[in-house]
Amino acid sequence: MRIQDTFAQALTAVITQPLRTLLIIVAMSIGISSVSVLTALGESARSYVIHEFQALGTHLLIILPGRTETTGGQPPVFGETPRDLTLKDAEALMHSTHIAALAPVTVGSAPVSVHGLERETTIMGSSAALRRVRHLNMAMGQFLPDTAFDQPRPVCVIGQTIREELFSNSPVLGQWLRINDRRFQVIGVLASEGQSIGVGLDELVIIPVASAQTLFNNFSLFRILIESKSKASMYAAQNDIKRMITLRHDGEEDITIITQDSIVNTFDDILAALTLIVTCIAGISLLVAGILVMNVMLVSVTHRTTEIGLLKALGASQQQIIGLFLSEAALLSLAGGITGLIIGQLSLKLLQQVYPDFPLQLPLWALLAALSVAVITGLVFGILPAYKAARLDPIQALSKR
Amino acid sequence: MIELNNIHRDFQVGEQTVHALNGINLSISAGEYVSIMGPSGSGKSTLLNIIALLDQATSGSYCLDGHDVTHLDETILAKTRREKIGFIFQFFHLIPRLTAYENIEIPLTLAGIAPKLRRDRVTSALDAVGLTDRASHKPDQLSGGQRQRVAIARATIMHPAILLADEPTGNLDSHSGIEIIELLEQFNQQGVTLLVITHDASLGQRAHRNIRIIDGQSST
Ligand SMILES: Nc1ncnc2c1ncn2[C@@H]1O[C@H](COP(=O)(O)OP(=O)(O)O)[C@@H](O)[C@H]1O
Ligand SMILES: [Mg+2]
Repeated sequence: MRIQDTFAQALTAVITQPLRTLLIIVAMSIGISSVSVLTALGESARSYVIHEFQALGTHLLIILPGRTETTGGQPPVFGETPRDLTLKDAEALMHSTHIAALAPVTVGSAPVSVHGLERETTIMGSSAALRRVRHLNMAMGQFLPDTAFDQPRPVCVIGQTIREELFSNSPVLGQWLRINDRRFQVIGVLASEGQSIGVGLDELVIIPVASAQTLFNNFSLFRILIESKSKASMYAAQNDIKRMITLRHDGEEDITIITQDSIVNTFDDILAALTLIVTCIAGISLLVAGILVMNVMLVSVTHRTTEIGLLKALGASQQQIIGLFLSEAALLSLAGGITGLIIGQLSLKLLQQVYPDFPLQLPLWALLAALSVAVITGLVFGILPAYKAARLDPIQALSKR
Repeated sequence: MIELNNIHRDFQVGEQTVHALNGINLSISAGEYVSIMGPSGSGKSTLLNIIALLDQATSGSYCLDGHDVTHLDETILAKTRREKIGFIFQFFHLIPRLTAYENIEIPLTLAGIAPKLRRDRVTSALDAVGLTDRASHKPDQLSGGQRQRVAIARATIMHPAILLADEPTGNLDSHSGIEIIELLEQFNQQGVTLLVITHDASLGQRAHRNIRIIDGQSST
């Protein structure tokens, strides 16, 4: 039997049993659309997060006070910090030849006010190098001046939200604002970054690190952000940092170094695993669809017993009967798969309308995978009915009326 | 052409063994016209099914065209059935969703013949059974006699050497019954070996040779 004829026969069988066809297409398309939508969500979340972290800068090293024993684990948020990171540590690290830029960071929260308008916000103390290390863009004015770390100055750079809330549309540059009891002159406004992982840049007020230390009366650093000279010098920079800090901290290596690489990899792994889990859960609906395909096909075999018996009496071999039923299953599930993909794409379009900022798309591989999964499901669950049909005894099949 | 040697066919029904065929010996040469008669349940259909390779004997041997076909692989069996044997049933067994034309086409499609050649052969087969104007009719739009003629066209489309008919007139009135038998006889006149099971003695007498089956044994 020619392949075209096998499929043509299967197609007429599909068309002449509209209820069965509809049932299988609905079940299969539910499975395929949920798998494709959830895969798209997972994939998009992954690439979004990875992209966000990559925007942090590719040669970024973050030093935290305290040491985690398990490598790759959580930074010690609640653990006691054995020895503080200080501005002196930061200055010492500047001597490493592998470090291109270094920004000490302290963080605190304080009320900020202008002409009676007041709000509580995050105050970050840092240096001029922060702009380079974090790839910050200015909307207007300039960033913190490049002065020695230990030199306080009454200047600040503010985020867009702060600007809108405290100054609305009036001019900002050169204006004074009050943090706690101290006055700072606004010298720059950050460009809006939209959503960013970690600190919301739009709600930030950045002041020189020495000013922040006196403001909060806290002389230990929250972090030191470092940009190494190149991707290749990341390791050398890490070694330098460990050696220098150990030397300064009485032989104790009491810091944790996080690289942007390790963060990205961790999140990549976590989100890939999440996507897989979610896809597997949606895969259950495919399994259900497969079982439905099997049952409906089995019913169809019983229904068409006489026809199958006749085909065998007319000289159809077992392989031909199997071929006929498997191509029927394949056609049905392919139709279901395509319908499912269309439904999936429409749902994604709809979601995209609701969340325009979130990049949503089904990668091509997932599209093809969904289609092949549909067909494979149909084939696997079509095998049993096909074999049942092929093994029918023609005489008994024909005598059944 | 057909050589049956001591054919037995037992059916297991629960604890009981039914001996449908009890040592049948039969020899039919090419081009013969044979009728098979006998009481109901005597084993006529069982015999014809074995000759048609639809069923296998429990013991004994069957030679078709000089080849032992008693134990053949399923694929070869199907091929032999398709190419050498045409079978006509009492209940026509047409596929209801297919037209007369499409029903006749099935064996050609199964044999992997190209569409153009199929069209020529189905058209002439429809002509041979006098149903050219009914080509696009579904079985339920045809009379019993017309349906059986479609079935005959289907059975002969592969130009088989043997034509087997199990009570082909059993479901027809006597007038169309005669027409069907005459159509089958036409094929016999063209050299096709013809075996017909029938209840009707007058139809049976038209054959060159009559075989009587009683209790699974033949008595000529
Ligand atoms: N598949 C079967 N299972 C059990 N018994 C069968 C089967 N087919 C036929 N028989 C028995 O074999 C005997 C012959 O049947 P059959 O060849 O159909 O008779 P006929 O066609 O002469 O009326 C009957 O007794 C019938 O009951
Ligand atoms: Mg019978």
